[in-house]
Amino acid sequence: MPIIEKNGTKVWQVRDRKTQFTRWGMWLAGTMAFVYSWNVISQNTLWAMMGNIGEVTMDIGTRAMPPRWSYLDKLWGPIWDTLSIATLGTLFALIMAVPVAFMAARNTTPSKLLVRPIALLIIVSTRSVNSLIWALLLVSIVGPGVFAGLIAISIRSIGFCAKLLYEAIEEIDEVQVEAITATGAKRWQVMVYGIVPQIMPAFAGIAVFRWDINIRESTVLGLVGAGGIGLQLQSSLNVLAWPQVSLILGVILVAVILGEWVSAKVRGAII
Amino acid sequence: MSAVLESKLGTPWRKPPFISNPTYRWLLILGALAYFAFAIYSIEVNWSRVYRGLDRGWQFIVGFSDPDFTTRWKDIRSGMFESIVMTVASTVVGIAISIPIALGAARNIAPLPIYLICRGIVALSRALNEIIVAIILVAILGFGPLAGFITLSFATIGFLAKLLAEDIEDMNKVPAEAIHATGASWLQWINYGVQPQVMPRLIGLSMYRLDINFRESAVLGLVGAGGIGATLNTAFDRYEFDTVAAILLIIIATVMVLEYMSGIIRTRIK
Repeated sequence: MPIIEKNGTKVWQVRDRKTQFTRWGMWLAGTMAFVYSWNVISQNTLWAMMGNIGEVTMDIGTRAMPPRWSYLDKLWGPIWDTLSIATLGTLFALIMAVPVAFMAARNTTPSKLLVRPIALLIIVSTRSVNSLIWALLLVSIVGPGVFAGLIAISIRSIGFCAKLLYEAIEEIDEVQVEAITATGAKRWQVMVYGIVPQIMPAFAGIAVFRWDINIRESTVLGLVGAGGIGLQLQSSLNVLAWPQVSLILGVILVAVILGEWVSAKVRGAII
Repeated sequence: MSAVLESKLGTPWRKPPFISNPTYRWLLILGALAYFAFAIYSIEVNWSRVYRGLDRGWQFIVGFSDPDFTTRWKDIRSGMFESIVMTVASTVVGIAISIPIALGAARNIAPLPIYLICRGIVALSRALNEIIVAIILVAILGFGPLAGFITLSFATIGFLAKLLAEDIEDMNKVPAEAIHATGASWLQWINYGVQPQVMPRLIGLSMYRLDINFRESAVLGLVGAGGIGATLNTAFDRYEFDTVAAILLIIIATVMVLEYMSGIIRTRIK
Protein backbone atom coordinates (compact mmCIF):
# COMPACT_ATOMS: atom_id res chain seq x y z
CA MET A 1 0.00 0.00 0.00
CA PRO A 2 1.54 3.33 -1.03
CA ILE A 3 1.68 5.89 1.71
CA ILE A 4 2.67 9.45 0.95
CA GLU A 5 3.96 12.02 3.41
CA LYS A 6 1.96 15.22 3.13
CA ASN A 7 2.79 18.08 5.54
CA GLY A 8 4.18 15.59 8.01
CA THR A 9 1.08 13.38 8.09
CA LYS A 10 0.90 10.06 6.32
CA VAL A 11 -1.83 9.82 3.70
CA TRP A 12 -2.97 6.46 2.38
CA GLN A 13 -3.72 6.11 -1.33
CA VAL A 14 -5.08 3.24 -3.37
CA ARG A 15 -2.27 3.30 -5.93
CA ASP A 16 1.28 4.61 -6.04
CA ARG A 17 2.27 7.31 -8.47
CA LYS A 18 3.51 5.04 -11.23
CA THR A 19 0.41 2.84 -11.51
CA GLN A 20 -1.75 5.95 -11.21
CA PHE A 21 0.05 7.49 -14.18
CA THR A 22 -0.16 4.33 -16.31
CA ARG A 23 -3.87 4.13 -15.57
CA TRP A 24 -4.32 7.75 -16.57
CA GLY A 25 -2.36 7.11 -19.73
CA MET A 26 -4.53 4.15 -20.63
CA TRP A 27 -7.72 6.08 -19.99
CA LEU A 28 -6.40 8.96 -22.10
CA ALA A 29 -5.48 6.64 -24.98
CA GLY A 30 -8.85 4.91 -24.79
CA THR A 31 -10.76 8.19 -24.72
CA MET A 32 -8.77 9.54 -27.64
CA ALA A 33 -9.42 6.39 -29.67
CA PHE A 34 -13.13 6.68 -28.96
CA VAL A 35 -13.35 10.39 -29.78
CA TYR A 36 -11.43 9.85 -32.99
CA SER A 37 -13.67 6.92 -34.00
CA TRP A 38 -16.78 8.91 -33.24
CA ASN A 39 -15.45 11.78 -35.35
CA VAL A 40 -14.96 9.48 -38.31
CA ILE A 41 -18.48 8.09 -37.99
CA SER A 42 -19.87 11.57 -37.61
CA GLN A 43 -18.06 12.79 -40.72
CA ASN A 44 -19.51 9.92 -42.73
CA THR A 45 -23.03 10.75 -41.62
CA LEU A 46 -25.32 13.24 -43.28
CA TRP A 47 -26.52 15.00 -40.15
CA ALA A 48 -28.75 17.25 -42.23
CA MET A 49 -30.81 14.16 -43.03
CA MET A 50 -31.22 13.36 -39.34
CA GLY A 51 -33.51 16.29 -38.60
CA ASN A 52 -36.61 14.32 -39.45
CA ILE A 53 -35.69 10.95 -37.92
CA GLY A 54 -38.78 11.12 -35.76
CA GLU A 55 -41.03 11.67 -38.76
CA VAL A 56 -39.38 8.90 -40.77
CA THR A 57 -39.66 6.46 -37.88
CA MET A 58 -43.29 7.38 -37.32
CA ASP A 59 -43.97 7.09 -41.04
CA ILE A 60 -42.47 3.60 -41.28
CA GLY A 61 -44.16 2.63 -38.03
CA THR A 62 -47.63 3.67 -39.18
CA ARG A 63 -47.14 1.97 -42.53
CA ALA A 64 -45.92 -1.23 -40.87
CA MET A 65 -48.91 -1.43 -38.56
CA PRO A 66 -51.05 -3.50 -38.57
CA PRO A 67 -49.11 -6.49 -39.94
CA ARG A 68 -50.68 -8.20 -42.95
CA TRP A 69 -51.83 -11.40 -41.26
CA SER A 70 -53.01 -13.00 -44.50
CA TYR A 71 -49.36 -13.14 -45.62
CA LEU A 72 -48.76 -15.71 -42.88
CA ASP A 73 -50.07 -18.45 -45.19
CA LYS A 74 -47.13 -17.93 -47.49
CA LEU A 75 -44.67 -18.05 -44.59
CA TRP A 76 -45.16 -21.61 -43.33
CA GLY A 77 -42.87 -23.06 -46.03
CA PRO A 78 -40.02 -20.63 -45.33
CA ILE A 79 -40.43 -21.15 -41.57
CA TRP A 80 -40.09 -24.90 -42.07
CA ASP A 81 -37.01 -24.28 -44.26
CA THR A 82 -35.46 -22.06 -41.61
CA LEU A 83 -36.04 -24.70 -38.94
CA SER A 84 -34.58 -27.39 -41.21
CA ILE A 85 -31.50 -25.29 -41.90
CA ALA A 86 -30.93 -24.77 -38.19
CA THR A 87 -31.57 -28.36 -37.10
CA LEU A 88 -29.84 -30.21 -39.94
CA GLY A 89 -27.02 -27.65 -39.91
CA THR A 90 -26.42 -28.34 -36.23
CA LEU A 91 -26.58 -32.10 -36.86
CA PHE A 92 -24.04 -32.04 -39.70
CA ALA A 93 -21.83 -29.64 -37.78
CA LEU A 94 -21.78 -31.97 -34.78
CA ILE A 95 -20.94 -34.97 -36.97
CA MET A 96 -17.94 -33.06 -38.34
CA ALA A 97 -17.02 -31.33 -35.07
CA VAL A 98 -16.59 -34.52 -33.02
CA PRO A 99 -13.53 -35.86 -34.87
CA VAL A 100 -12.06 -32.36 -35.08
CA ALA A 101 -12.51 -31.93 -31.32
CA PHE A 102 -10.84 -35.27 -30.57
CA MET A 103 -7.96 -34.29 -32.83
CA ALA A 104 -7.63 -30.88 -31.18
CA ALA A 105 -7.74 -31.97 -27.53
CA ARG A 106 -4.27 -32.34 -26.04
CA ASN A 107 -5.04 -35.64 -24.32
CA THR A 108 -6.63 -37.44 -27.28
CA THR A 109 -4.88 -36.05 -30.33
CA PRO A 110 -3.00 -38.64 -32.40
CA SER A 111 -0.12 -36.24 -32.99
CA LYS A 112 0.59 -32.96 -31.25
CA LEU A 113 2.87 -31.63 -33.94
CA LEU A 114 0.90 -32.39 -37.08
CA VAL A 115 -2.77 -33.15 -36.45
CA ARG A 116 -3.46 -30.75 -33.58
CA PRO A 117 -2.42 -27.56 -35.44
CA ILE A 118 -4.53 -28.59 -38.43
CA ALA A 119 -7.55 -29.19 -36.20
CA LEU A 120 -7.02 -25.83 -34.47
CA LEU A 121 -6.72 -24.13 -37.84
CA ILE A 122 -10.06 -25.62 -38.90
CA ILE A 123 -11.62 -24.40 -35.66
CA VAL A 124 -10.25 -20.86 -35.94
CA SER A 125 -10.98 -20.35 -39.61
CA THR A 126 -14.56 -21.65 -39.50
CA ARG A 127 -15.28 -19.71 -36.31
CA SER A 128 -13.90 -16.32 -37.35
CA VAL A 129 -16.01 -16.05 -40.48
CA ASN A 130 -19.65 -15.15 -39.93
CA SER A 131 -22.30 -17.53 -41.28
CA LEU A 132 -23.64 -14.78 -43.57
CA ILE A 133 -20.25 -14.59 -45.27
CA TRP A 134 -20.18 -18.37 -45.60
CA ALA A 135 -23.68 -18.16 -47.08
CA LEU A 136 -22.58 -15.49 -49.53
CA LEU A 137 -19.72 -17.71 -50.66
CA LEU A 138 -21.85 -20.83 -50.92
CA VAL A 139 -24.60 -19.06 -52.82
CA SER A 140 -22.04 -18.23 -55.48
CA ILE A 141 -20.78 -21.83 -55.47
CA VAL A 142 -23.86 -24.05 -55.16
CA GLY A 143 -26.45 -21.51 -56.23
CA PRO A 144 -29.15 -19.80 -54.17
CA GLY A 145 -31.42 -21.91 -52.02
CA VAL A 146 -31.81 -23.78 -48.77
CA PHE A 147 -28.86 -26.05 -49.54
CA ALA A 148 -26.37 -23.14 -49.49
CA GLY A 149 -27.76 -21.97 -46.15
CA LEU A 150 -27.56 -25.47 -44.72
CA ILE A 151 -23.88 -25.85 -45.62
CA ALA A 152 -23.10 -22.31 -44.43
CA ILE A 153 -24.65 -22.99 -41.02
CA SER A 154 -22.88 -26.36 -40.78
CA ILE A 155 -19.46 -24.92 -41.57
CA ARG A 156 -19.87 -21.96 -39.24
CA SER A 157 -20.95 -24.26 -36.40
CA ILE A 158 -18.02 -26.71 -36.71
CA GLY A 159 -15.51 -24.35 -35.15
CA PHE A 160 -17.85 -23.30 -32.35
CA CYS A 161 -18.87 -26.85 -31.39
CA ALA A 162 -15.38 -28.29 -31.79
CA LYS A 163 -13.84 -25.57 -29.63
CA LEU A 164 -16.25 -26.07 -26.72
CA LEU A 165 -16.07 -29.84 -27.10
CA TYR A 166 -12.29 -30.08 -27.10
CA GLU A 167 -12.14 -27.89 -24.01
CA ALA A 168 -14.56 -30.34 -22.36
CA ILE A 169 -12.39 -33.28 -23.46
CA GLU A 170 -9.30 -31.66 -21.99
CA GLU A 171 -11.06 -31.23 -18.66
CA ILE A 172 -12.06 -34.89 -18.20
CA ASP A 173 -11.06 -36.97 -15.21
CA GLU A 174 -8.01 -38.99 -16.33
CA VAL A 175 -8.51 -41.57 -13.56
CA GLN A 176 -11.51 -43.12 -15.30
CA VAL A 177 -9.64 -43.27 -18.59
CA GLU A 178 -6.77 -44.99 -16.81
CA ALA A 179 -9.14 -47.48 -15.20
CA ILE A 180 -10.58 -48.44 -18.59
CA THR A 181 -7.09 -48.67 -20.07
CA ALA A 182 -6.05 -50.96 -17.20
CA THR A 183 -8.72 -53.49 -18.22
CA GLY A 184 -6.86 -53.94 -21.47
CA ALA A 185 -9.33 -51.97 -23.57
CA LYS A 186 -8.44 -50.95 -27.09
CA ARG A 187 -8.09 -47.31 -28.10
CA TRP A 188 -11.67 -46.97 -29.35
CA GLN A 189 -13.00 -48.78 -26.29
CA VAL A 190 -11.17 -46.32 -24.05
CA MET A 191 -12.86 -43.53 -25.98
CA VAL A 192 -16.36 -45.03 -25.83
CA TYR A 193 -16.27 -46.14 -22.18
CA GLY A 194 -13.73 -43.75 -20.65
CA ILE A 195 -14.11 -40.42 -22.42
CA VAL A 196 -17.52 -40.28 -24.09
CA PRO A 197 -19.62 -40.75 -20.92
CA GLN A 198 -17.73 -37.90 -19.29
CA ILE A 199 -18.27 -35.40 -22.11
CA MET A 200 -21.84 -36.47 -22.93
CA PRO A 201 -23.56 -33.76 -20.81
CA ALA A 202 -21.27 -31.09 -22.27
CA PHE A 203 -21.94 -32.43 -25.76
CA ALA A 204 -25.71 -32.28 -25.36
CA GLY A 205 -25.46 -28.79 -23.88
CA ILE A 206 -23.32 -27.57 -26.77
CA ALA A 207 -25.67 -29.12 -29.33
CA VAL A 208 -28.73 -27.39 -27.93
CA PHE A 209 -26.89 -24.12 -27.40
CA ARG A 210 -25.68 -24.08 -30.99
CA TRP A 211 -29.12 -25.05 -32.26
CA ASP A 212 -30.53 -21.99 -30.51
CA ILE A 213 -27.89 -19.74 -32.11
CA ASN A 214 -28.45 -21.38 -35.50
CA ILE A 215 -32.15 -20.57 -35.42
CA ARG A 216 -31.26 -16.89 -34.99
CA GLU A 217 -28.71 -17.01 -37.76
CA SER A 218 -30.78 -19.00 -40.24
CA THR A 219 -33.55 -16.40 -40.08
CA VAL A 220 -31.32 -13.85 -41.81
CA LEU A 221 -29.48 -16.14 -44.24
CA GLY A 222 -32.14 -15.45 -46.86
CA LEU A 223 -30.91 -11.88 -47.17
CA VAL A 224 -28.04 -13.16 -49.28
CA GLY A 225 -30.24 -15.72 -51.06
CA ALA A 226 -29.51 -18.75 -48.91
CA GLY A 227 -33.10 -19.79 -48.21
CA GLY A 228 -35.39 -19.54 -45.24
CA ILE A 229 -37.62 -16.75 -44.04
CA GLY A 230 -34.96 -14.10 -44.72
CA LEU A 231 -35.74 -14.48 -48.42
CA GLN A 232 -39.30 -13.25 -47.83
CA LEU A 233 -37.95 -10.46 -45.64
CA GLN A 234 -35.61 -9.33 -48.37
CA SER A 235 -38.27 -9.35 -51.09
CA SER A 236 -40.75 -7.51 -48.85
CA LEU A 237 -38.11 -4.91 -48.00
CA ASN A 238 -37.25 -4.45 -51.65
CA VAL A 239 -40.83 -3.50 -52.52
CA LEU A 240 -41.23 -1.54 -49.25
CA ALA A 241 -44.13 -3.76 -48.17
CA TRP A 242 -43.87 -2.68 -44.53
CA PRO A 243 -46.94 -4.60 -43.25
CA GLN A 244 -45.30 -7.82 -44.50
CA VAL A 245 -41.95 -6.79 -43.00
CA SER A 246 -43.49 -6.24 -39.59
CA LEU A 247 -45.26 -9.60 -39.78
CA ILE A 248 -42.02 -11.40 -40.73
CA LEU A 249 -40.09 -9.64 -37.97
CA GLY A 250 -42.78 -10.71 -35.52
CA VAL A 251 -42.56 -14.32 -36.72
CA ILE A 252 -38.76 -14.26 -36.41
CA LEU A 253 -39.00 -12.84 -32.90
CA VAL A 254 -41.44 -15.59 -31.86
CA ALA A 255 -39.21 -18.27 -33.42
CA VAL A 256 -36.13 -16.96 -31.63
CA ILE A 257 -37.88 -16.74 -28.27
CA LEU A 258 -39.33 -20.26 -28.69
CA GLY A 259 -35.89 -21.59 -29.65
CA GLU A 260 -34.31 -20.00 -26.60
CA TRP A 261 -37.06 -21.35 -24.37
CA VAL A 262 -36.68 -24.90 -25.71
CA SER A 263 -32.90 -24.73 -25.42
CA ALA A 264 -33.07 -23.42 -21.84
CA LYS A 265 -35.53 -26.22 -20.90
CA VAL A 266 -33.39 -28.94 -22.47
CA ARG A 267 -30.18 -27.63 -20.94
CA GLY A 268 -31.89 -27.37 -17.55
CA ALA A 269 -32.97 -31.01 -17.87
CA ILE A 270 -29.47 -32.22 -18.82
CA ILE A 271 -27.25 -30.28 -16.47
CA MET B 1 -32.82 -56.31 -4.41
CA SER B 2 -31.03 -59.59 -4.15
CA ALA B 3 -33.51 -61.16 -6.58
CA VAL B 4 -32.62 -58.48 -9.13
CA LEU B 5 -28.97 -59.11 -8.48
CA GLU B 6 -29.48 -62.85 -8.68
CA SER B 7 -31.13 -62.63 -12.10
CA LYS B 8 -28.29 -60.46 -13.44
CA LEU B 9 -25.49 -62.74 -12.23
CA GLY B 10 -23.72 -64.49 -15.02
CA THR B 11 -25.04 -62.20 -17.75
CA PRO B 12 -22.48 -59.84 -19.28
CA TRP B 13 -22.65 -56.14 -18.38
CA ARG B 14 -24.35 -53.86 -20.85
CA LYS B 15 -24.34 -50.12 -21.01
CA PRO B 16 -27.47 -48.68 -19.40
CA PRO B 17 -29.62 -47.07 -22.12
CA PHE B 18 -29.97 -43.33 -22.48
CA ILE B 19 -33.67 -43.38 -21.51
CA SER B 20 -34.72 -46.29 -19.33
CA ASN B 21 -38.32 -46.59 -20.60
CA PRO B 22 -38.05 -48.49 -23.93
CA THR B 23 -41.31 -47.06 -25.33
CA TYR B 24 -40.19 -43.48 -24.84
CA ARG B 25 -36.71 -44.32 -26.09
CA TRP B 26 -37.93 -45.84 -29.34
CA LEU B 27 -40.56 -43.15 -29.85
CA LEU B 28 -37.88 -40.47 -29.44
CA ILE B 29 -35.42 -42.20 -31.75
CA LEU B 30 -38.05 -42.92 -34.42
CA GLY B 31 -39.49 -39.42 -34.14
CA ALA B 32 -36.06 -37.84 -34.54
CA LEU B 33 -35.25 -40.10 -37.50
CA ALA B 34 -38.60 -39.36 -39.16
CA TYR B 35 -38.08 -35.63 -38.66
CA PHE B 36 -34.55 -35.70 -40.08
CA ALA B 37 -35.63 -37.81 -43.04
CA PHE B 38 -38.51 -35.47 -43.80
CA ALA B 39 -36.34 -32.37 -43.34
CA ILE B 40 -33.66 -33.73 -45.67
CA TYR B 41 -36.33 -34.76 -48.16
CA SER B 42 -37.84 -31.26 -48.12
CA ILE B 43 -34.56 -29.61 -49.09
CA GLU B 44 -34.28 -29.19 -52.81
CA VAL B 45 -30.80 -29.53 -54.19
CA ASN B 46 -30.08 -28.66 -57.78
CA TRP B 47 -27.19 -31.05 -58.28
CA SER B 48 -26.36 -29.87 -61.80
CA ARG B 49 -26.03 -26.31 -60.46
CA VAL B 50 -23.85 -27.58 -57.62
CA TYR B 51 -21.70 -29.43 -60.13
CA ARG B 52 -21.28 -26.34 -62.26
CA GLY B 53 -20.45 -24.30 -59.15
CA LEU B 54 -17.69 -26.65 -58.01
CA ASP B 55 -15.44 -24.88 -60.45
CA ARG B 56 -16.01 -21.61 -58.59
CA GLY B 57 -15.47 -23.35 -55.28
CA TRP B 58 -12.11 -24.53 -56.58
CA GLN B 59 -11.30 -20.98 -57.69
CA PHE B 60 -12.06 -19.80 -54.17
CA ILE B 61 -9.70 -22.36 -52.65
CA VAL B 62 -7.04 -21.43 -55.21
CA GLY B 63 -7.66 -17.78 -54.32
CA PHE B 64 -6.54 -18.54 -50.77
CA SER B 65 -3.17 -19.74 -52.00
CA ASP B 66 -2.73 -16.52 -53.93
CA PRO B 67 -4.78 -13.77 -52.24
CA ASP B 68 -4.90 -10.46 -54.09
CA PHE B 69 -4.33 -7.63 -51.64
CA THR B 70 -3.26 -5.02 -54.17
CA THR B 71 -5.97 -4.57 -56.81
CA ARG B 72 -8.72 -3.41 -54.42
CA TRP B 73 -6.36 -2.28 -51.69
CA LYS B 74 -7.95 1.17 -51.39
CA ASP B 75 -11.43 -0.32 -50.91
CA ILE B 76 -10.14 -2.91 -48.48
CA ARG B 77 -8.29 -0.29 -46.47
CA SER B 78 -11.20 2.10 -46.19
CA GLY B 79 -13.57 -0.78 -45.38
CA MET B 80 -11.31 -2.14 -42.66
CA PHE B 81 -10.80 1.35 -41.27
CA GLU B 82 -14.55 1.89 -41.06
CA SER B 83 -15.05 -1.52 -39.43
CA ILE B 84 -12.44 -0.82 -36.78
CA VAL B 85 -13.83 2.64 -36.09
CA MET B 86 -17.34 1.24 -35.72
CA THR B 87 -16.07 -1.54 -33.47
CA VAL B 88 -14.20 0.81 -31.11
CA ALA B 89 -16.96 3.42 -30.86
CA SER B 90 -19.80 0.94 -30.45
CA THR B 91 -17.95 -1.14 -27.85
CA VAL B 92 -17.23 1.94 -25.73
CA VAL B 93 -20.79 3.25 -25.95
CA GLY B 94 -22.22 -0.24 -25.48
CA ILE B 95 -20.21 -0.78 -22.29
CA ALA B 96 -21.12 2.66 -20.96
CA ILE B 97 -24.82 1.94 -21.41
CA SER B 98 -24.67 -1.67 -20.22
CA ILE B 99 -23.16 -0.89 -16.83
CA PRO B 100 -26.20 0.96 -15.42
CA ILE B 101 -28.51 -1.58 -17.07
CA ALA B 102 -26.51 -4.45 -15.55
CA LEU B 103 -26.84 -2.83 -12.12
CA GLY B 104 -30.57 -2.55 -12.71
CA ALA B 105 -30.83 -6.13 -13.93
CA ALA B 106 -29.17 -7.60 -10.83
CA ARG B 107 -31.88 -8.69 -8.41
CA ASN B 108 -29.71 -8.20 -5.30
CA ILE B 109 -29.17 -4.51 -6.08
CA ALA B 110 -32.21 -3.23 -7.93
CA PRO B 111 -35.82 -3.03 -6.74
CA LEU B 112 -38.33 -5.15 -8.66
CA PRO B 113 -39.75 -2.52 -11.10
CA ILE B 114 -36.28 -1.41 -12.24
CA TYR B 115 -35.19 -5.05 -12.43
CA LEU B 116 -38.08 -5.90 -14.75
CA ILE B 117 -37.46 -2.90 -17.02
CA CYS B 118 -33.74 -3.65 -17.33
CA ARG B 119 -34.32 -7.37 -17.90
CA GLY B 120 -36.83 -6.39 -20.59
CA ILE B 121 -34.24 -4.24 -22.36
CA VAL B 122 -31.72 -7.10 -22.18
CA ALA B 123 -34.22 -9.62 -23.52
CA LEU B 124 -35.21 -7.33 -26.39
CA SER B 125 -31.61 -6.71 -27.37
CA ARG B 126 -30.80 -10.41 -27.27
CA ALA B 127 -33.86 -11.46 -29.24
CA LEU B 128 -33.23 -9.10 -32.16
CA ASN B 129 -30.58 -10.29 -34.57
CA GLU B 130 -27.91 -7.68 -35.38
CA ILE B 131 -28.62 -7.88 -39.09
CA ILE B 132 -32.32 -7.23 -38.60
CA VAL B 133 -31.64 -4.24 -36.35
CA ALA B 134 -29.20 -2.98 -38.98
CA ILE B 135 -31.81 -3.30 -41.74
CA ILE B 136 -34.35 -1.30 -39.75
CA LEU B 137 -31.79 1.35 -38.83
CA VAL B 138 -30.56 1.65 -42.40
CA ALA B 139 -34.16 2.20 -43.46
CA ILE B 140 -34.51 4.98 -40.88
CA LEU B 141 -31.05 6.58 -40.85
CA GLY B 142 -29.87 5.83 -44.36
CA PHE B 143 -26.69 4.07 -45.45
CA GLY B 144 -23.45 4.57 -43.56
CA PRO B 145 -21.54 3.66 -40.44
CA LEU B 146 -23.94 5.40 -38.05
CA ALA B 147 -26.52 2.62 -38.50
CA GLY B 148 -23.83 0.00 -37.90
CA PHE B 149 -22.55 1.86 -34.85
CA ILE B 150 -25.99 2.00 -33.23
CA THR B 151 -26.69 -1.64 -34.11
CA LEU B 152 -23.49 -2.87 -32.49
CA SER B 153 -23.97 -0.69 -29.41
CA PHE B 154 -27.48 -2.06 -28.99
CA ALA B 155 -26.29 -5.65 -29.40
CA THR B 156 -23.49 -5.05 -26.89
CA ILE B 157 -26.05 -4.04 -24.25
CA GLY B 158 -27.87 -7.38 -24.38
CA PHE B 159 -24.67 -9.39 -24.15
CA LEU B 160 -22.71 -7.38 -21.59
CA ALA B 161 -25.56 -6.33 -19.31
CA LYS B 162 -26.85 -9.91 -19.03
CA LEU B 163 -23.51 -11.50 -18.18
CA LEU B 164 -22.45 -8.64 -15.90
CA ALA B 165 -25.78 -8.75 -14.05
CA GLU B 166 -25.31 -12.48 -13.48
CA ASP B 167 -21.85 -11.80 -12.09
CA ILE B 168 -23.20 -9.11 -9.77
CA GLU B 169 -25.86 -11.52 -8.55
CA ASP B 170 -23.15 -14.09 -7.78
CA MET B 171 -20.95 -11.66 -5.88
CA ASN B 172 -19.75 -12.10 -2.31
CA LYS B 173 -22.15 -10.21 -0.03
CA VAL B 174 -19.69 -9.73 2.84
CA PRO B 175 -17.47 -6.95 1.36
CA ALA B 176 -20.56 -5.12 0.11
CA GLU B 177 -22.10 -5.34 3.58
CA ALA B 178 -18.88 -4.12 5.16
CA ILE B 179 -18.97 -1.03 2.96
CA HIS B 180 -22.64 -0.54 3.90
CA ALA B 181 -21.72 -0.67 7.57
CA THR B 182 -19.32 2.27 7.21
CA GLY B 183 -22.28 4.46 6.31
CA ALA B 184 -21.39 4.77 2.66
CA SER B 185 -23.80 6.34 0.22
CA TRP B 186 -25.34 4.21 -2.55
CA LEU B 187 -22.76 5.33 -5.11
CA GLN B 188 -19.89 4.68 -2.71
CA TRP B 189 -21.36 1.30 -1.93
CA ILE B 190 -21.41 0.38 -5.63
CA ASN B 191 -17.97 1.85 -6.19
CA TYR B 192 -16.17 0.19 -3.27
CA GLY B 193 -18.33 -2.84 -2.47
CA VAL B 194 -19.54 -4.11 -5.84
CA GLN B 195 -17.31 -2.72 -8.56
CA PRO B 196 -13.98 -4.26 -7.39
CA GLN B 197 -15.61 -7.70 -7.31
CA VAL B 198 -16.96 -7.61 -10.85
CA MET B 199 -14.16 -5.59 -12.47
CA PRO B 200 -12.08 -8.56 -13.77
CA ARG B 201 -15.18 -10.08 -15.35
CA LEU B 202 -16.22 -6.73 -16.82
CA ILE B 203 -12.82 -6.25 -18.47
CA GLY B 204 -12.78 -9.81 -19.76
CA LEU B 205 -16.29 -9.52 -21.20
CA SER B 206 -15.50 -6.14 -22.75
CA MET B 207 -12.48 -7.56 -24.55
CA TYR B 208 -14.55 -10.50 -25.74
CA ARG B 209 -17.29 -8.18 -26.94
CA LEU B 210 -14.74 -6.07 -28.84
CA ASP B 211 -13.82 -9.24 -30.68
CA ILE B 212 -17.48 -10.11 -31.42
CA ASN B 213 -18.27 -6.56 -32.52
CA PHE B 214 -15.43 -6.64 -35.00
CA ARG B 215 -16.66 -9.92 -36.44
CA GLU B 216 -20.21 -8.59 -36.68
CA SER B 217 -19.06 -5.33 -38.24
CA ALA B 218 -17.67 -7.42 -41.06
CA VAL B 219 -21.18 -8.47 -42.09
CA LEU B 220 -23.15 -5.31 -41.37
CA GLY B 221 -21.90 -3.89 -44.65
CA LEU B 222 -23.96 -6.51 -46.48
CA VAL B 223 -27.10 -4.56 -45.59
CA GLY B 224 -25.50 -1.16 -46.09
CA ALA B 225 -24.51 -0.35 -42.52
CA GLY B 226 -20.85 0.39 -43.23
CA GLY B 227 -17.64 -1.53 -42.79
CA ILE B 228 -15.65 -4.17 -44.66
CA GLY B 229 -18.80 -6.18 -45.46
CA ALA B 230 -19.68 -3.86 -48.34
CA THR B 231 -16.26 -4.41 -49.92
CA LEU B 232 -16.62 -8.14 -49.40
CA ASN B 233 -20.07 -8.16 -50.97
CA THR B 234 -18.81 -6.29 -54.03
CA ALA B 235 -15.92 -8.72 -54.40
CA PHE B 236 -18.33 -11.65 -54.26
CA ASP B 237 -20.62 -10.05 -56.82
CA ARG B 238 -17.69 -9.68 -59.20
CA TYR B 239 -16.54 -13.27 -58.49
CA GLU B 240 -13.13 -11.86 -57.53
CA PHE B 241 -12.27 -14.74 -55.28
CA ASP B 242 -8.65 -13.70 -54.80
CA THR B 243 -9.82 -10.38 -53.32
CA VAL B 244 -12.40 -12.25 -51.23
CA ALA B 245 -9.63 -14.49 -49.93
CA ALA B 246 -7.52 -11.45 -49.08
CA ILE B 247 -10.38 -9.82 -47.13
CA LEU B 248 -11.23 -13.03 -45.31
CA LEU B 249 -7.58 -13.56 -44.39
CA ILE B 250 -7.41 -10.03 -42.98
CA ILE B 251 -10.59 -10.63 -40.94
CA ILE B 252 -9.30 -13.96 -39.62
CA ALA B 253 -5.91 -12.47 -38.75
CA THR B 254 -7.50 -9.52 -36.94
CA VAL B 255 -9.82 -11.80 -34.99
CA MET B 256 -6.88 -14.00 -34.00
CA VAL B 257 -4.83 -11.01 -32.86
CA LEU B 258 -7.77 -9.66 -30.85
CA GLU B 259 -8.37 -13.07 -29.27
CA TYR B 260 -4.70 -13.41 -28.39
CA MET B 261 -4.62 -9.92 -26.85
CA SER B 262 -7.78 -10.50 -24.85
CA GLY B 263 -6.29 -13.78 -23.62
CA ILE B 264 -3.21 -11.95 -22.34
CA ILE B 265 -5.25 -9.19 -20.71
CA ARG B 266 -7.61 -11.66 -19.07
CA THR B 267 -4.80 -13.69 -17.54
CA ARG B 268 -3.07 -10.53 -16.31
CA ILE B 269 -6.06 -9.09 -14.47
CA LYS B 270 -6.91 -12.35 -12.71
